[in-house]
Amino acid sequence: MERYLPILIFGLVAAGFLFVTLLAARLLRHGSVESTNLDPYECGNEPESLAHDHRFSVRYYLLAVLFVIFDVETVFLYPWAVSLDRLAWFGFIEMMIFLGILVVGYIYVWRRGALNWA
Amino acid sequence: MPGLLQWLDEFAGPTLFEFAVSPTLKILALLFLFVLPLISYIVLAERKILGYIQARVGPNRVGPWGLLQPIADVVKLLLKEDVIPVRAVRWAFVLAPCLVVAPAFVIFSVIPFGPPSTGEGAPNWFITDVNTGLLLVIALATIGVYGLIIGGWASNNKFSLMGGLRSAAQMISYEVPQGFSVVVPILLAGTLSLVGIVQAQEGHQLFGLLPRWFVFHPTGIFAFFVYMVAGIAESNRNPFDLPEAETELVAGFHTEYSGMRFALFFLGEYANMIVVSAIAVTLFFGGWLPPFDFLGMAFLPMGLGGVLWFVTKLFAFLFVYIWFRGTFPRYRFDQLMDLGWKWLIPMALILVVLTALLKLLFPS
Repeated sequence: MERYLPILIFGLVAAGFLFVTLLAARLLRHGSVESTNLDPYECGNEPESLAHDHRFSVRYYLLAVLFVIFDVETVFLYPWAVSLDRLAWFGFIEMMIFLGILVVGYIYVWRRGALNWA
Repeated sequence: MPGLLQWLDEFAGPTLFEFAVSPTLKILALLFLFVLPLISYIVLAERKILGYIQARVGPNRVGPWGLLQPIADVVKLLLKEDVIPVRAVRWAFVLAPCLVVAPAFVIFSVIPFGPPSTGEGAPNWFITDVNTGLLLVIALATIGVYGLIIGGWASNNKFSLMGGLRSAAQMISYEVPQGFSVVVPILLAGTLSLVGIVQAQEGHQLFGLLPRWFVFHPTGIFAFFVYMVAGIAESNRNPFDLPEAETELVAGFHTEYSGMRFALFFLGEYANMIVVSAIAVTLFFGGWLPPFDFLGMAFLPMGLGGVLWFVTKLFAFLFVYIWFRGTFPRYRFDQLMDLGWKWLIPMALILVVLTALLKLLFPS
């Protein structure tokens, strides 16, 4: 476990770096900001509504769900890839069955048009 | 109390130095003597190279050949006013840039810049080597997505929201083929440790004419292609810089950011660029290994020859990044999604299966 300690230390160093830079910026910059500058930027027009009043395309949710499915698959692939030497053909066939199920889902999703953006 | 002091003196003293002080010093040296100067000067190199590609000179006013430009930029960014829009979600707005920078930095702790210690006072040319190295890299790289989407949403600005959503969609779409493509070097090396993956690429093939780097493996070269395309998309660079497509989205997720907070997003983007390049060098181009042994610069002390090779390869990749920016037009969003989901994912899946088959049929 002690090999992971430097990673933790690096995290702390990174946090310290962020704290120091933002603190330096706060101390050095000139303070006041004009009030019109604090409106949401809309190329000079006065905003009539806020971004949070609007909904956005449902496709982004669909994409997120698809991502979760595929990314979990990749996580299963890593330990398999490391130990393929020992698993040999048994492990290979097992993984092919696993990937086969994934590919069936992938073809289904493709044919239902979930991968078409436009 | 005397017992504690004695314990500190006898046990915790050397252990504390070995496990806490020494890595901290190495980390500070890596961050402030390598990563941050490198980022500042890549920005200058990018502006210079883009300038020459477009038949202009690039920055040349601050210092000789514009060499002091990065310092001037940092001073300017530190002094700029800090705009936090009134309607923004304040805590999330402040948190977002930190979420981009911190994970990108932490990844550097597992990247092997040079060979492990061979004794004779030579140091390990990496902060640490863990047996889950590559998984850690992928996991940390993903955290950056949160920074972009939180920044885009917290600004409460329509351009930012669209940019944030787009970048999140893009990054998670390309993370899948990237995750699949790195399975190929894992299969070939049989380990997740980055040092182990480089060591597995030692030696030569084809009567000593070709190094045994994974990019010269029949499936490795295609895996490298998938990794590189996905990596460029992951770091939001041309031709996949849609999140900040200025003609349609002003500046995307960081439209409302200014001063040092903007600089942190910028820093994160370039740190990610270095990480993607360094991982490409490690997984496919033999890390610190020279292409041929006689080019190994073994006369340099403390394994510095290896470090020199790693840095040379790293710079070559960074140049390619800049070159792409000067060459390719931007993708359209639906084309981007098609490329990721309909081309790279099936390609990467086939490569994984082929590599496993090759490995089992021809165990070497």
